[in-house]
Amino acid sequence: MDYFLSEEQHMIVEIAQQLTDERIIPNRAELDEKDEFPREILKSMAQADLFGVPIPEEYGGFGGGCLDIVLALEQLGRGCIGIGTAFAASALGVYPIIIAGSEELKKKYLPPVAEGKYFAAFGLTEANAGSDASGIQTTAVLDGDEWVLNGTKQWITNGGEAEIYTVIAITDKSKGARGASIFVVEAGDPGFTCGPKEKKMGIRASSTTELIFKDCRIPQDRLVGRKGTGFITVMKTLDSSRPGIAALGLGIGQACVDEAAAYAKQRVQFGKPIISFQAIQHILADMAIQLEASRALVYAAAKHIDAHPKDMSKVSSMCKVMATDMAMKVSVDAVQVMGGYGYMREYPVEKMMRDAKILQIYEGTNQVQRNVIGQELNKEYSRK
Amino acid sequence: MNIIVCIKQVPDAKDVRLDPETNTLAREGVQSIMNPYDQHALEEAVSLREQLGGKVTVLTMGPPQAEEILKQAISCGADKGVLVSDRAFAGADTWATSYTLAKAVEKIGDFDLILCGKQAIDGDTAQVGPGLAIRLDIPFVTCIQNIREASESELVMERMMDDGYDVVAVSCPVLLTVVKDLNTPRVPSLKGKMKAKKAEFTVLSAEDIGADAACIGLAGSPTQVVDVFPPKPRGGRAILNGSMEEQIEQLVEKLAVYL
Ligand SMILES: Cc1cc2nc3c(=O)[nH]c(=O)nc-3n(C[C@H](O)[C@H](O)[C@H](O)COP(=O)(O)OP(=O)(O)OC[C@H]3O[C@@H](n4cnc5c(N)ncnc54)[C@H](O)[C@@H]3O)c2cc1C
Repeated sequence: MDYFLSEEQHMIVEIAQQLTDERIIPNRAELDEKDEFPREILKSMAQADLFGVPIPEEYGGFGGGCLDIVLALEQLGRGCIGIGTAFAASALGVYPIIIAGSEELKKKYLPPVAEGKYFAAFGLTEANAGSDASGIQTTAVLDGDEWVLNGTKQWITNGGEAEIYTVIAITDKSKGARGASIFVVEAGDPGFTCGPKEKKMGIRASSTTELIFKDCRIPQDRLVGRKGTGFITVMKTLDSSRPGIAALGLGIGQACVDEAAAYAKQRVQFGKPIISFQAIQHILADMAIQLEASRALVYAAAKHIDAHPKDMSKVSSMCKVMATDMAMKVSVDAVQVMGGYGYMREYPVEKMMRDAKILQIYEGTNQVQRNVIGQELNKEYSRK
Repeated sequence: MNIIVCIKQVPDAKDVRLDPETNTLAREGVQSIMNPYDQHALEEAVSLREQLGGKVTVLTMGPPQAEEILKQAISCGADKGVLVSDRAFAGADTWATSYTLAKAVEKIGDFDLILCGKQAIDGDTAQVGPGLAIRLDIPFVTCIQNIREASESELVMERMMDDGYDVVAVSCPVLLTVVKDLNTPRVPSLKGKMKAKKAEFTVLSAEDIGADAACIGLAGSPTQVVDVFPPKPRGGRAILNGSMEEQIEQLVEKLAVYL
C-alpha cells in the first residue's frame, strides 16, 4: 500500500532496507547463536547517518520525527529485532536529553550520538520496579557540586556497550512521583559499572545488563531538566518511543509473511504446493490482514505524534499493543505454515518467534498499555 | 590526497541473458548498476580521503543515463562527478576508451591517485585501467587487495597473486586497480543521498576534452566484434553406483557405444 511518504522518508527506507538486506540478514543467525553484539553493523548504520535521524538539526542530526524513526525501525526489524532493539534503545537513551536537557547537555551529547560516535542507553527498570516504575530505589544525593548515585538498574539494553546512560533516580523520597530526576552517566564515571550480559530467549544480538552505582559521583550539570521532573520526562519519552517498538513488530510481521508465503509456494505435499490448500491460504491471508492493519495504525499514530498533540499516550499505546501482539501471532503462524522446517534453526522464523515475545514485554507490557488506554477512555467518558 | 575514481555503468549480472536470435546481450529491461569492482575502488578512495583529506572525483564515460552511477557515488561519499559523454564515443573498445578517459583525466588535472576496478563485469577485459596509466605515463599496480600505508607521496600495498600476495611500494601519482577483498563498500548515507539529489555534474564532450576524432568511438577501436555466441553446452555426466566390479561393468558398457 502507498502511504504517501515524503522523498526524504523514502531515502530513509532505502538506506535501512539496504543495510538490512546486505548487513543484517546475512549475519543475524550467527549473532543470535553466539549472543554477539553487532558492533560492525551498528558502525555501518552510523556511517549511513541513521543515528542522526532523531537528533535535531542544530545538533548535527536530521530532526526526524516519530514516523521517520518508525520507517527505519520497521526495516531493521525485518532483519533482526535484536539489532533493531540496540538501535531503538540508543534513541530512547537520548530522548530525555532532547526533550528536557539543558543547552549544555545537548551540545555535549547530541552531536556525537548523531555521528554514531556515542551509543546511548536508558535506565529505568529495577529488580522491584518493572511495570510500577514509581517503585525505583536508586537514589541521587547532591554532595557539594556533585551528585552521588547509589542503586542498581536491571535489564538495561546496551548496558556495557553504550558510552552514555540516562538514568532515573530518586532525588526526594518524600515527594513520591515528583521526587525522581534524570541524570546522564558516562561509561567510566567513578563508581559506575555494568553487570554481566543476561542470557535471553531472543533478541540475543542485543546486550542486556545491570547498571550498578556505588557512590557514583557525577558533576552537578548532568541533571536532565529540573529536579523532580524525572517521571514526567520518562512518560513523554516513552510516548514518543513506543511506536518505534511497534515498528519492530511490523518488521517481524513482514518478514514472517514473506518467509511463510515463499515457503508455501515451493513446499509440495500430496502432489501440490501447500499454498494451494485453502487452510494454508487462510492462515497467510489472516497474517497479511493483521500486518497491514497494524502498519496503518502505527504510521497514523506516528504522524499524530509528529503533530505534537497533548493526547499522545493513548494512540501511542494502541499502536504498540496492536503491532506487537500481531508480531507474536504472525510469527507463531509462520512457524506453523512451515511445519517442522519452521521449527529448525536453519530457517529464520524460529528466531522471529523467539524474538517477537519481547515486544509484548518491554517499554511497558501490553497489559500496562491496555491500562493506559483504559484509563484514558475512563477520563474521556467521565467528561462527556 | 586528490583521487580520481573511474567507474562504469554495467548491466546487473544477476539479470543478464543472451538474445537467442542475435546472440548479443539482451539489454532490454535489464537493470544497470555500478560495476561491482568500481564500488570497492570508490570505497577505498572515500576512506583515504577521510584519513588524508583532499577530494574524490568520480569519472565515467557513458550515455547520459550514466549520471545514475555518479549520483550513487555522491551518495556514498564522492565529492564531484564528471560524465564524459558524446555520440562520437559510441562503440569504443578498451583502446579508444583508455584514450578518452586519459583525455578527460588531463582535463580534470590535479590528482595524486587514480583508482579503477580490476575489470568491468560486462567486458571482463581488465585492460582499461592499465591502458589509462600508460596513456598518462604514470605507473600502475593491478589487483590491489590491501593498502597498508598511504600518504600523498607514497603508497604501500598488497597485490593479489595466485599464490599469496606481493608487497609493493609506489610513489604517486599512480593508478591502481582493485579487487573485492580490499574493503566492504558502504551503504549510501542520508546526507549523501540528499547531496546526490541536488548534485550537478560536469559533462564533457569529445570537443571539450580535445579528443582526436580518429582515436575515439568505433573509428578509434582496433577491436571489431565478429561474432558473439554462447559456448556449446558440455556433454552430460553420469555417476556410477554399486560395487567396484559393478561400476567397471557399467563403464565398459557405456564406453562400448563408442567402439
Ligand atoms: C530484554 C529486555 C530489555 C529491556 N530493556 C530495558 C531498558 O533498556 N531500560 C529499562 O529501563 N528497562 C528495560 N527492560 C525492562 C522492561 O521494560 C520491563 O521488563 C517491563 O516494563 C516489565 O516489567 P517486569 O518485567 O518487572 O514485569 P512486572 O511488572 O513484574 O509484570 C509481570 C506481569 O504482571 C503484569 N502486570 C503488572 N502490573 C500490572 C497491572 N497494573 N495491571 C495488569 N497487569 C499488570 C505485567 O503485564 C506482566 O504480565 C527490559 C526488559 C527486557 C526483558
